[in-house]
Amino acid sequence: MTPAPSPLTPHPPSDDPLGRLLDERAVVVCTGSGGVGKTTTAAVLAMEAAHRGRRACVVTIDPARRLADAMGLDGLTDVPARVEGPWSGELWATMLDTKATFDALVRARAGSPEQAERILANRFYRNISGSLSGTQEYMAMEKLYQLHGEDGFDLVVVDTPPTRNALDFLEAPRRLTRLLDHRLYRLLVSPGRGLGRAVNVAAQTFLRTVSRVVGAEVVDDAIEFFAAFEGMEDGFRARAGAVVDLLESEETAFVLVTAPRRDVVEEATYFADRLAEAGIAVRALVVNRVHPRFGEASPAVARQRAAALAGTPLEPFARNLADFAAVAATEDGHLEGLTGRVAPAPVVRVPFLDTDVHDLGGLDRIAAHLFPDAARRAGAAAPSGPADGADPTP
Amino acid sequence: MDPAQFFAASRVLIVAGKGGVGKSTVSAALARAAARAGLSTLIVEIEGKSGINGLFGRPPLGYEESVLHPGGGPEGAADVRGRLLTPDDALLEYLEDHGLHRVTRRLLSGGALDVVSTAVPGIRDILVLGKVKQLERGGAADLIVLDAPAAGHAITFLRSARGLVDAARVGPINTQAAEVLEMLTDPARCQVVLVTLPEETPVNELVDTAYSLEDEVGVSLGPVVVNARYPALAGLDGDPAALAAGTHPRPGPGEVAAMAEAAAFRAHRAALQGEQVARLAAALPLPQLVLPYLFSTDLGLLELEQLADVALEGIADLEALPDR
Repeated sequence: MTPAPSPLTPHPPSDDPLGRLLDERAVVVCTGSGGVGKTTTAAVLAMEAAHRGRRACVVTIDPARRLADAMGLDGLTDVPARVEGPWSGELWATMLDTKATFDALVRARAGSPEQAERILANRFYRNISGSLSGTQEYMAMEKLYQLHGEDGFDLVVVDTPPTRNALDFLEAPRRLTRLLDHRLYRLLVSPGRGLGRAVNVAAQTFLRTVSRVVGAEVVDDAIEFFAAFEGMEDGFRARAGAVVDLLESEETAFVLVTAPRRDVVEEATYFADRLAEAGIAVRALVVNRVHPRFGEASPAVARQRAAALAGTPLEPFARNLADFAAVAATEDGHLEGLTGRVAPAPVVRVPFLDTDVHDLGGLDRIAAHLFPDAARRAGAAAPSGPADGADPTP
Repeated sequence: MDPAQFFAASRVLIVAGKGGVGKSTVSAALARAAARAGLSTLIVEIEGKSGINGLFGRPPLGYEESVLHPGGGPEGAADVRGRLLTPDDALLEYLEDHGLHRVTRRLLSGGALDVVSTAVPGIRDILVLGKVKQLERGGAADLIVLDAPAAGHAITFLRSARGLVDAARVGPINTQAAEVLEMLTDPARCQVVLVTLPEETPVNELVDTAYSLEDEVGVSLGPVVVNARYPALAGLDGDPAALAAGTHPRPGPGEVAAMAEAAAFRAHRAALQGEQVARLAAALPLPQLVLPYLFSTDLGLLELEQLADVALEGIADLEALPDR
């Protein structure tokens, strides 16, 4: 990588790989572990899409209050709200409300309003909609599907929950149908139907145990829920299948967001591997919170310079430079393996920012590091060369 | 205050913070500091993949205890041990302890724990906390450091006990939840250490979490740990271009420019961090332990020892805690 003339001015990749994603895709999923700026990155991508003339909506999972403030919204709800700004397209923002989304799904799939109400009132259902692992991921994907298909957005950018497993949101739609198909539940609904005697006995033992541990009413709630759900499984399964199809199609691009710390990069690498196993390509890697690179000296050379300048007033400056050279080399080392793993996906680096994002200007400042157009809008220096690892023939 | 006294204040130390703040590093540093103060210490990891083992240069933790750092040395340090506690393991052990061992592993695999935890939210958390409580009561170590789940899960995790006391009104789970709650709310048995970075959003979230935990769970909060603050480096306030004139060997203009930019960047970020530390102090009346950002390289045993040094110094500088 050619060193930038100054480490603090934005130098987005000149071939604009992220911009092309925003132009060509209908869904962008931002994935990565918690605390790496995923939500903010998602907002920046959606805003840039609006600048590029698209009707874009960003779905956030657990936004810090300031993100809504930054977009001039009086809080975020599960109904998309329009964000006004100097763009030719449209920017909308919404927040995932897991329970409301699940309730809507039940209402849409139920055979009758009465069936829907029976399910919604059930305590076991309320637990599922609030706490079943993967429900939040599933509902994020369900919401995305609605915004894409039914609400007709050109582009939906979704931020994913900070799970340990990158595939949770791909597996989550199937997880609920798997739960509905679970032999224990089949047993609960209609004991003895089509099950081997051995399984039956084991399952009955299990249910008795559960009753003894948590109380019989819990089991009763579950039985009631599955009775109420009878007949809706196929509709749920079909919908879950459609959601997964969209995520696996060419309309969707996955963007991996990370920071250059070892633990975070390890998680991101794990994410990338799991996505690859599922046949899903990472289309771009965004690395937030990168320390700036000062000068071109290697850590060893920088340390030698500091030693040579020992005792002079420049010694602390040289030692500080050596500190940052060491950090830069460490960060590059962490990222090397991941960059290779996601190749030919482009890698875009965003340095540490002075402050958190408090307004649209804050989003703009980040955009200037990701997109040449945004850098020009900010009046910054000319973009640098292509992103690391970018495929020159898209 | 005396570090041995500090770490002996409660047997369980729960380390919590949002993802990316270095919670596991802080857990490891505090554990090693406690061991150096003479307390045998057990780190309990819940999610796996925390990287704690890597800091000690050891293979990943398993359900069985293993030594992460043997004691000894000039200070007469105690051992740091570690183990991984997953909800599935805790459930199996719980069932076996309660004479319910007929439930087979086969049923527990294949999503049956999902069944139970769907029916009773919070049960995973309470099983893990119940196991920690058992370790605490059994005197498994002088200090148990629990590396709590990341993100907003810390509150849910710790709130599970209160929720379950209400939700499962009878039966062994209710007893378990009540006993866990008793431990969590007794400052002589358990304290929570919240970790943050000296940055705006993590500080805001820490303040919210602190109040939620005190109000909703009733836990006692120990000092907050501000992790990864740039350490002070004296002599960076001059103009390197001017200083270079009389320096031998005289650095080139490119190097001088890089020096100036790097010094300005460090000063700027250090000032921002200082503002956040001050803001945290104003918003939350808790003592602070500040751990340095280590520029050098990957975190390993050497760096862990440096962090433990700073933690011990910081603790020595804390005022003795008032009687509770």
